[in-house]
Amino acid sequence: MLALKAINKSYGKRLILKQLSLTVNDGEVLAIVGPSGAGKTTLLRCISGLEPIDSGEIDLNGQPFDPYRNQNQDSVIGVVFQDFQLFPNLNVLENITLAPILVLKQPAATAKAKARQLLSRLALADKERLYPYQLSGGQKQRVALARALAMRPQVLCYDEPTSALDPNLRQEVAKMILSLKADGMTQIVVTHDLAFAREIADAVKHVTAL
Amino acid sequence: MNGIVAQWQYASQIMPSLLLGLKTTLSLFVLTLIGAIPLGIVVGLGRASRFKVVRQILGVYVWIMRGTPLLLQLIFVFYGLPIVHIVFQRYNAALFAFIINYAAYFAEIFRGGLQSIDPGQYESAKVLRLTYWQTVRKIILPQVMKIVLPSIGNEVINLVKDLSLVYVIGLGDLLRAGNVATARDVTLLPLVLVGIGYLLLTAILTFGQRKVEKHYSYYK
Repeated sequence: MLALKAINKSYGKRLILKQLSLTVNDGEVLAIVGPSGAGKTTLLRCISGLEPIDSGEIDLNGQPFDPYRNQNQDSVIGVVFQDFQLFPNLNVLENITLAPILVLKQPAATAKAKARQLLSRLALADKERLYPYQLSGGQKQRVALARALAMRPQVLCYDEPTSALDPNLRQEVAKMILSLKADGMTQIVVTHDLAFAREIADAVKHVTAL
Repeated sequence: MNGIVAQWQYASQIMPSLLLGLKTTLSLFVLTLIGAIPLGIVVGLGRASRFKVVRQILGVYVWIMRGTPLLLQLIFVFYGLPIVHIVFQRYNAALFAFIINYAAYFAEIFRGGLQSIDPGQYESAKVLRLTYWQTVRKIILPQVMKIVLPSIGNEVINLVKDLSLVYVIGLGDLLRAGNVATARDVTLLPLVLVGIGYLLLTAILTFGQRKVEKHYSYYK
């Protein structure tokens, strides 16, 4: 379970998050919705440890947890970025196995075998040798998802997973999220698409611009 | 017919001295690159760093190196520094001047390359829990190399030709060898041969550059 309690965050003098609290239960999907500029992405950046919070508390499974300074080698929080941020100089398989080999110290053969399982599950089995520029948007997103999953995160975050894709892929993304939910993955989805949020989420958190 | 034979004979007579000059040019070329490229990467990383003092000090260094003539820097190192009791051998003076001058140009190229990498690349590496150096080595530098290759190649070709400036401190490089022969024997042939020598060198380098760029063309 991930719980945020009374989080404050500002950039310079501009207050972005004010006394924000939320809870995500294990195996649930939380959607964070709101108009652009409401601080959805900032919230996600605080949860994933890319930004420090100014005040407040983050608990993971009942223990205080600071994602920004977390030195634990386990990737507790995984992120699928809006623009995916695959590494263009590495092929699909290398993108997925890089961190498990360097960070989790998995033997290369193990990391590859696990990556291939993820790829076949995400219908990318024949794409492992391709480079990111050779993939479609939807394929890139699934590689980014596989890369995050390979680190066995406790919570998986998505930043606007439908916005960089063709509208007809929206259903695919929803299916993907729900299938991971069936496996018990705890997920946080930032989106401005309320209908999409209702479709996938157990709970919806609304944020508004201050 | 007789004239052509004589020309060939003359060319083979002066060839040993030209080759000796070529050897000096080539060894300076290789050693300058071995010194200036790593130094340029380090200075480039420093120029793109978040420490303002480091950025400023390196900025002054780059400004001086790019803002004054290379010829002045050569003269300064070899004829100027002995006045304050820093004495270099001719060859070492040339090497030193070329390394610090070219490192500044390389540093600016690397800085530009580093700054053109999407900050999102560092962030996605960070959420995967890669360390800074793992990120630089596996993700950032390979991408920077691809970006900077054309500019680096350009500078490398410039270096071959810039090295002819070492005549000013009395080093016997390729150009000087040809110049001496032309002055002594009142014939254009040595200078033509020198020109052909430079053309061959730059042709080889251009070919090498193309090979390396091709090596990096497996992704976009």
